[in-house]
Amino acid sequence: MSVDDKTVHRIARLARIAVPEEEISSLGTELNAILGFIEQLSEVNTDDILPMTAVVETEIKRREDAVTDGGYVKDITANAPASDDDYFAVPKVVE
Amino acid sequence: MSEATNDNLISGATGDWEVVLGLEVHAQVLSEAKLFSGAATEYGAEPNTQVSLVDAAMPGMLPVINWKCVEQAVRTGLGLKAQINNYSVFDRKNYFYPDLPQGYQISQFLQPIVGEGEIIIDLEDGSTKTVGIERLHLEQDAGKSVHDQHPDLSFVDLNRSGVALMEIVSRPDMRSSAEAQAYVKKLRAILRYLGTCDGNMEQGSMRADVNVSVRKQGDPLGTRCEIKNVNSIRFIGQAIEHEARRQIAIIEDGGSIDQETRLFDPKNGETRSMRSKEEAHDYRYFPDPDLLPLTFSQDFVDEIAATLPELPDTKKARFMSDYGLSAYDAGILVAEAESAAYFEEAAKGRDAKTVANMVIGSLFAGLNKAGLNIVDSPVTPENLGALVDLLSDDTISSRIAKDVFEMMFEEGPDQGKSPSAIVEEKGLKQVTDTGAIEAAVDEVLAANPDKVAQAKEKPKMAGWFVGQVMQSTGGKANPQSVNKLVLQKLGIEE
Amino acid sequence: MSASKLTDLSLAEARDGLRQKDFTSEELTQAHISAMEAGRKLNAVILETPEKALDMARASDAKLSNEEGGALEGLPIGVKDLFCTKGVRTTACSKILGDFTPPYESTVTQNLWDAGAVHLGKLNNDEFAMGSSNETSCFGPVNNPWRNKAKETNLVPGGSSGGSSASVAAHIGVAATATDTGGSIRQPAAFTGTVGLKPTYGRCSRWGIVAFASSLDQAGPITRTVRDSAIMLGAMAGHDAKDTTSIDTPVPDYEAALGANLNGKKVGIPKEYRIDGMSDEIEELWQQGIDWLKDAGAEIVDVSLPHTKYALPAYYIIAPAEASSNLARYDGVRYGTRLEGDNLLEMYEKTRGAGFGAEVRRRIMIGTYVLSAGYYDAYYLKALKVRRLISEDFKQAFEKCDVLLTPATPSSAFAIGENLDDPLAMYMNDVFTVTVNLAGLPGISVPAGLDAQGLPLGLQLIGQPFGEEALLGMAEKIEQAAGFDARPDVWWE
Ligand SMILES: [Mg+2]
Ligand SMILES: [Zn+2]
Repeated sequence: MSVDDKTVHRIARLARIAVPEEEISSLGTELNAILGFIEQLSEVNTDDILPMTAVVETEIKRREDAVTDGGYVKDITANAPASDDDYFAVPKVVE
Repeated sequence: MSEATNDNLISGATGDWEVVLGLEVHAQVLSEAKLFSGAATEYGAEPNTQVSLVDAAMPGMLPVINWKCVEQAVRTGLGLKAQINNYSVFDRKNYFYPDLPQGYQISQFLQPIVGEGEIIIDLEDGSTKTVGIERLHLEQDAGKSVHDQHPDLSFVDLNRSGVALMEIVSRPDMRSSAEAQAYVKKLRAILRYLGTCDGNMEQGSMRADVNVSVRKQGDPLGTRCEIKNVNSIRFIGQAIEHEARRQIAIIEDGGSIDQETRLFDPKNGETRSMRSKEEAHDYRYFPDPDLLPLTFSQDFVDEIAATLPELPDTKKARFMSDYGLSAYDAGILVAEAESAAYFEEAAKGRDAKTVANMVIGSLFAGLNKAGLNIVDSPVTPENLGALVDLLSDDTISSRIAKDVFEMMFEEGPDQGKSPSAIVEEKGLKQVTDTGAIEAAVDEVLAANPDKVAQAKEKPKMAGWFVGQVMQSTGGKANPQSVNKLVLQKLGIEE
Repeated sequence: MSASKLTDLSLAEARDGLRQKDFTSEELTQAHISAMEAGRKLNAVILETPEKALDMARASDAKLSNEEGGALEGLPIGVKDLFCTKGVRTTACSKILGDFTPPYESTVTQNLWDAGAVHLGKLNNDEFAMGSSNETSCFGPVNNPWRNKAKETNLVPGGSSGGSSASVAAHIGVAATATDTGGSIRQPAAFTGTVGLKPTYGRCSRWGIVAFASSLDQAGPITRTVRDSAIMLGAMAGHDAKDTTSIDTPVPDYEAALGANLNGKKVGIPKEYRIDGMSDEIEELWQQGIDWLKDAGAEIVDVSLPHTKYALPAYYIIAPAEASSNLARYDGVRYGTRLEGDNLLEMYEKTRGAGFGAEVRRRIMIGTYVLSAGYYDAYYLKALKVRRLISEDFKQAFEKCDVLLTPATPSSAFAIGENLDDPLAMYMNDVFTVTVNLAGLPGISVPAGLDAQGLPLGLQLIGQPFGEEALLGMAEKIEQAAGFDARPDVWWE
């Protein structure tokens, strides 16, 4: 598997990262080198092997249903690049 | 239900079309705090006041699950007679949107907490139909974007961000908008019985994504469109009707349906395409590494099962067998747990059918007009029962009963006046003394000699005299006695 | 005691000196603030907090004078900029975070302040901890205090915790916090002649640490001695109800585990770590380590970890995949830098295109790709299965031994710029360390000698889950046997 320019464009869009047109093909080359490296895994027989999603062998922690947090709108919006009346503000979204 | 019996076909230029419907309902879990944070879920708070650092996706924040939400999902699964999965997995669904602070929604994809189940829906004609449930999974709600307060900006409020939702996915088993509406009504009733969702569609605690496709009967499934976030039962009906006709028109014009997401616009009753075509979605689901698998014991499930209330279907059957109610009346009474409870309270030791009539008739009409919920009814079940007692022992006539009911409704429960107190106070007791009724009849006959003559020719006129007598006695005379006496005096045989 | 003498002290020595009232925390802290200011050429500290440090030191002195205070009372340390610090700018050394000032404190740093530690400042690191040389930081590279004999070029301090390793090696702080996702504590420790301890996954809370790859990230200390690591870990570790992957098991007295007898202990030597093209120097160092532990009474056993060669490729699927999702929150909406665009999409793309550096963009792209439709099974799911095989390898090896001994890195520190345009060569730095993260095990890098260029080299010990005590006891034996007391010439002041 190797990525072409079109695929680089598609991934960049999915990841919401602007890539200047002149960097697309060199980025593709870099990605292909990395993909070539990780493709070694296809050598490994993983039939009947369960994927390992967590290394922690314990039960998920539970929280009680109680309101213990929130109520600090100023802290929540303090670092916002743009806000208005305690709302975050973004360029207008058209559906 | 076999396909051949579908009598809800839509006729088009090329023949009859069958609509195939599946619903994905998002039901907000009833809980104090959010699914993965301790912020409040209460509706209608000031913007961003019910937001924790976790809900705002601050760097380094981690989710910890609210166990009540897990209990609620299991409880709902049990209510849907569904498979409960003791091992399930939270996945991340990745996409960018300003009201999705993490850049992903924590949801369940391959391994949901609840598997297959079913719902029996009640149709207008009194028949029922089973709709399959494919799955129920837990996930986070997103925040809210406000688009209409500024010319170039959208505003984002994260109060809803992270609120627990149950996404309940049906099989494509429904064949008409009426069935889809019945499905949502029944699902809502079950959730309310269980206490796992308040079912409040106006506040967004229940929304439906409706998958619509059309086909000629017997054909394979057509291409479907998904109408997102429809938030009332009426709109669900309108959206389906419009969307089915839109699809039929396209196909009959020789076109084909694009699989896409659409929005229902209540202003013009139409659906429209929602996302630009080039924006193909690729959610890149993968197990959330911040959360361990969601596991619990069978004992945990059994303990919840032991606290399950009687659900609408069982209750309806019991109302029919124990109280002798018709399927229709029983169905209406069990539609809301509160109505059913009210009825049972009022019917205790009385003629249940009369109670049912009064609840479904006077009470529902009164509540409807006043815009009140049955739990806030001005007439308590005790007083409604007592009123039925007065009717049953002939203390008052049914006409007076209506008046007394209205007086009780007006006064409200705070006045605390029992129906017998009202009857006493206003002197509304039914007159059963034959002498007094006879005098009243004689008086009316004497005052209308010409009508008496006519009535002898046309016996149906007798009703007019009964009415006159009832009026002159202020409705207190026993109508049967009046009737009997009028006929007697007019010399008309019964 | 003179200021330079005060910065000579190890954490344990400084602690004991404070308790014996040989000097005050204010004096100790002032000495380190001076070292920090004098060491700016190293670029190890990206935000100095001297006033805060002195306030904290004076508060510690008040406690110490009443014979009160915690395990780290009055000890000045540096904090990797990946740890969110309340009211103190935290950037993960990425432009995208701008001047983000958290309204909260990470659990690990809070634990340290609760134990009495003094906050000297925020330390440089690779952007979002992605790197092995500390060259991807938006604040520029960190210079390794160590230089080769020719002294012509500046060397990297390792990464991603390069500010942590350099500041500790240069005696700017008595210790530093760090994080390790694929080797980011152990490799920089090896490059700077310091001790780096990556605890068992779940031993330290991840709450409030900017996430890189959630299933691999783990906080730990970088110190100058094994004892200091034991003391630091004791303060950093602990159960945290806010992190569902943190483990609810008591924190042992790690310092008390030092000095343990190695008789009857078994040290496994995994043959697969003898990689192609491994230098003689590394080979000899490893053999030296084996001999030291044997002399200390341990039994040496050969073990096999057959899937070792697949660890790095699996890591470069799993870590970028998790990172691509973890870094989606940096979107210019709630905090950090925003670049305006004509519409939302443009705002997102410009913000993230300019806010992330080249290596971070590269990893997000790889991560996005391996999770995308049609590739998930071939890459991501495959990597998770290989991860289990790697973890099983360790389980089997640990049936035969108590700890494993390996080299920490394939080479000593390299020149700044040397590996910058070859990502794969850079990734090879983690070849001995990354297996430990995949399996969630504890690992420690201990300085064991100098190479021919006069640069430090480290040995790595790998332990069983929650086997930090055994690891520390064994590491101390290597430390003693190596007698590593070399210090870099002070060229930066
Ligand atoms: Mg859906
Ligand atoms: Zn959903």
